[in-house]
Amino acid sequence: MTLKALGLALAGMVASTAVALAQGAAPKPAIVYDLGGKFDKSFNEGVYTGAERFKKETGVEYRDFEPQNDAQREQALRRFAREGFSPILAVGFSQKSALEKVAAEFPNLKFAIIDSVVEKPNVESILFKEHEGSYLVGMLAGMASKTGKVGFVGGMDIPLIRRFACGYAQGVKAAKKDAEVFVNMTGTTGAAWNDPVRGGELAKGQMDRGADVVYHAAGGTGIGVLRAVADAGKLGIGVDSNQNGLHPGKVLTSMLKRVDNAAYSTFMDAKNNTFKAGQVTLGLKEQGVAWADDEHNKPLITADMRKAVDQATADIASGKVQVHDFMSDNKCPAL
Amino acid sequence: MDALSSVLVVLDSTLRLSIPLLCACLAGLWSERSGVVDIGLEGKLLAAAFAAGAAAHLTGSAWMGLLAGIGASVALALVHGFASITQRGNQIVSGVAINMLAAGLTATIGNAWYGQGGRTPPLEGAGRFEGVLLGHSALVYIALAMVPVTAFVLARTRFGLRLRAVGEKPAAVDTAGISVTALRYAAVVVAGVLCGLGGTYLAAALSAGFLPGMTAGRGFIALAALIFAKWRAWPALGACLLFGFLEAMSIRLQGVPLPGIGEVPVQAIQAMPYVITVLLLAGFGGRAIPPRAAGVPYVKER
Repeated sequence: MTLKALGLALAGMVASTAVALAQGAAPKPAIVYDLGGKFDKSFNEGVYTGAERFKKETGVEYRDFEPQNDAQREQALRRFAREGFSPILAVGFSQKSALEKVAAEFPNLKFAIIDSVVEKPNVESILFKEHEGSYLVGMLAGMASKTGKVGFVGGMDIPLIRRFACGYAQGVKAAKKDAEVFVNMTGTTGAAWNDPVRGGELAKGQMDRGADVVYHAAGGTGIGVLRAVADAGKLGIGVDSNQNGLHPGKVLTSMLKRVDNAAYSTFMDAKNNTFKAGQVTLGLKEQGVAWADDEHNKPLITADMRKAVDQATADIASGKVQVHDFMSDNKCPAL
Repeated sequence: MDALSSVLVVLDSTLRLSIPLLCACLAGLWSERSGVVDIGLEGKLLAAAFAAGAAAHLTGSAWMGLLAGIGASVALALVHGFASITQRGNQIVSGVAINMLAAGLTATIGNAWYGQGGRTPPLEGAGRFEGVLLGHSALVYIALAMVPVTAFVLARTRFGLRLRAVGEKPAAVDTAGISVTALRYAAVVVAGVLCGLGGTYLAAALSAGFLPGMTAGRGFIALAALIFAKWRAWPALGACLLFGFLEAMSIRLQGVPLPGIGEVPVQAIQAMPYVITVLLLAGFGGRAIPPRAAGVPYVKER
């Protein structure tokens, strides 16, 4: 009994010194990725790019972890916390509940989460206005479409993905008033992010109904969407990272979510002691979202399209045009 | 779009989606008819898809991909055979182990080789199977041809009859002086070849490259189809086409307003294949009796 108590006390002391040390010293950043994995050519890879940039500029090393299943998230977060890592960046909305627990257990460490809100005094919640970026690619889709019909393939059917769809539809209709938007979701479970066969079939289904531009927000499933669209000689739109190079000339553009900037600035803030807990929302104005413009899609974007989309960017940034956010009321006026 | 072409489009999609199911279902049929229960269809499909994706990318030839896919799948089949035939282990446990092994290994090796989150690089040109007839690739016709071949071999040849006997009453076959072990191994290897075909079709024809977990439960749907078809080849084709059709319909019906009902929620449409499966299994399937010795390791001394 006494031995056990002694052991516990010792363990507590070790843990608290570790935490104290961590606070005094330089930041020890750590990342827990989402299930897609570090090199998913999409969302997670963006975080990786930002973290690498931070490492190169500051010389500060970071640790990361790629969970293979849901249960590992909490373990990984807790392990990093126990080792005194701070800030710890949790990537993806599905880490919310795990982070809520771990952040409460380690109030002296700094945490951040992308795509969700955790209301704790030591957590920075980073959100993106995906609807604004989707609005821009929607405008491009509307202008590039010859049939006046465009498609959207989402991954898992959750409000976040509906937000992409809704912003996209608004953009399409802003460019072409009577355009038709087909919205399909791949599934209702996590497997919906990794089913390229089904994604391809959904895209084919939309193209059979006349769509000639298809936007995806579906992670790995989207690889199948872009492939099916490229095979059919139509245009796809990528998401999160720049996917224009996957099928050069067949990807109209990509909706960039600058998670790299988010990861970079979180780590930088921690380094400069300017880390602030609370909610940060990155939209067009903050350059948190954008459309991809590179050598692969240059021939596809006409001068008119460029002009219109630049105008829309300025209007949204200045607040002249308001893009409706699906998650504010779970409704979409454009669909 | 007129009605005829939309029917054609759905039938096209049905065929594409049924082929992986059909391959896995026939694989299960061979294995279980010989008395070896095969839960590991999903794992074999996945391993084959990975090997096919990697080999087709390496060599630039889809046919080399097929060879590698079959190789990987047969290797796993032999592991299953060794555990459940030679070592007389529990066949369910071995099958589950194969599923987990394949899910983990493919993602890990893929990540180590290509560093793209377990994906293989996209296949281009000759690395994929192109359509040869009516827009479908050669693999589709090979898979379809396997149905009459399976039906004929199992019903009309000496090998097939012995194989079925081994699945019903291995002791009798043994008494007749025929090796139970050899027959079961042969069946397991055939199952490996068929899964290899299905996995390759997923990675190198339906999509272009491997993605972790891309089989998305098709190996298990194939098992359901196998039970529904009562372990017979032609009904297996019917069951797989039906499941493929339901999946194709669920994809086409999403977001399309139905006459008189309006737009049906996505979730309802997506649950439909499973609901209909349950209904069919419960209502129309009748009693499905598995091969009598399925799942029972053969012990000579008994």
